[in-house]
Amino acid sequence: MQNNSIQVKGLQKSYNQLHVLNGVDFEVEQGSIFALLGSNGAGKTTIVKILTTLLKQDGGTTTVNGFDITSKPDNVRQSISLTGQFAAVDEILTGEENLIMIAKLRHLENPHQVTDNLIKRFGLTDAANRRVATYSGGMHRKLDLAMSLVGKPQLIFLDEPTTGLDPEARLEVWKIVKELADSGTTVFLTTQYLDEAEQLADQIAILHEGRIIASGTLAELKRLLPPTKVEYVEKQPTLEEIFLAIIGKKEAK
Amino acid sequence: MEATKKHFFSDMSVMLGRSMRHIFRSMDTIITVTIMPIGFMLLFVYVFGGAIQTGTDNYVNYLLPGILLIAIASGISYTSYRLFIDVQGGIFERFHSMPIARSTVLWGHVLSSLVSNAISVVVIIVVALMMGFRSSAGVLPWLAVASILMLFTLALSWVAVIAGLSAKSVDGAGAFAYPIVFLPFISSAFVPTESMPPIVRAFAENQPVTSIVEAIRALLSGQPVGNDIWIALAWCIGITIVAYIFAMRAYKKRV
Repeated sequence: MQNNSIQVKGLQKSYNQLHVLNGVDFEVEQGSIFALLGSNGAGKTTIVKILTTLLKQDGGTTTVNGFDITSKPDNVRQSISLTGQFAAVDEILTGEENLIMIAKLRHLENPHQVTDNLIKRFGLTDAANRRVATYSGGMHRKLDLAMSLVGKPQLIFLDEPTTGLDPEARLEVWKIVKELADSGTTVFLTTQYLDEAEQLADQIAILHEGRIIASGTLAELKRLLPPTKVEYVEKQPTLEEIFLAIIGKKEAK
Repeated sequence: MEATKKHFFSDMSVMLGRSMRHIFRSMDTIITVTIMPIGFMLLFVYVFGGAIQTGTDNYVNYLLPGILLIAIASGISYTSYRLFIDVQGGIFERFHSMPIARSTVLWGHVLSSLVSNAISVVVIIVVALMMGFRSSAGVLPWLAVASILMLFTLALSWVAVIAGLSAKSVDGAGAFAYPIVFLPFISSAFVPTESMPPIVRAFAENQPVTSIVEAIRALLSGQPVGNDIWIALAWCIGITIVAYIFAMRAYKKRV
């Protein structure tokens, strides 16, 4: 029980007549990266919203960091952070102002110190004093992630963190997520990219028609499939590999 | 709950600071808000004014209170616009997933609406002074005028919150202000109500703008204010309470 950051039992949610979640059960181990997979409209964002206290569940028992989300929402909010599907940053403020604002709202002692550290860590030094409206998509997402790390929450929710990013920015986000998990933060990730889950996640759960239809480690999930066949296939480089190779060459010059 | 209540004022100052930065970084919104009422003022004073019989020799003095209300009514559409952008952009959700006093998310917008509308009111009064507006009012009547205008702004800002929270599009978020901008035209703001047909006159004399306009006009010209100021205050406070209740309802729907 203590080793689980998130414990969900029989989670129900419907919008009017539409049953989005029909008894969802899963557990997320502390310090792990958990990936929730599902196609668009499967209810991934609904689960994130319930776990982050933005939506109320209709039924079920859910605890986040040991706090019941219905009776102790403030304690839950204290211990989590959310990076939503759309970059939740203030476009009119500068990057630095965004971070200071969040640090102040988290009532930290030294908002400027915390902000400086995060700006350095995320390589945003040059852009820190520019308005966010001028940032590229990748920088947006980096700032968004940095804002979620203010105050070192124990558990971070990343709702489709790489949707709409170019391959380079995507790799950078992956690196940050891995570093987070290495430092002991629990990461709850939703994604529709299977390779993303494959790359990052310790535990994977597949959400389909309002239920978790499969869950486990990657190895466990692979065992569900028919045994591997050995076939001879010529390995062509993917376009992504070509793109990254060319970009890398350019930067090396 | 206790932990978040303790931080109400510090959270509030962060939210207000944020909204104020938004306003000062888009001074064009304040300019847009002042240009239309100033345009009306020029139009009514220099084009229609000669033909309008108000019983006063200085039409700018007669006109100014209504112009100020028009400015505030168009100013609040930016409040709902900014709130709408917050809700759409996701920052609203970020705030709500944080351990803060949630009501400050709305109060920040409402308070900054008071500040930005106060700025545009001052700008318009300066232009009116250049056009010949004069007032014999002392400090107390001016304070009373400022309070009425602030209450009026507060009331309309909560109406703006309803629109900002429940709008489906950016245009929708701003459009609710048009009828409010139009209200002063069917009041005693530009012409005395005596010349209006009975039904229009009945509406004009019993809608909030007339009593607010009459109260401000009396205060600025040093006339006795009579009942108008109490009717004006009752309207402002009544609208604030009703709008606040509906705003909270729209807010609960959102979260």
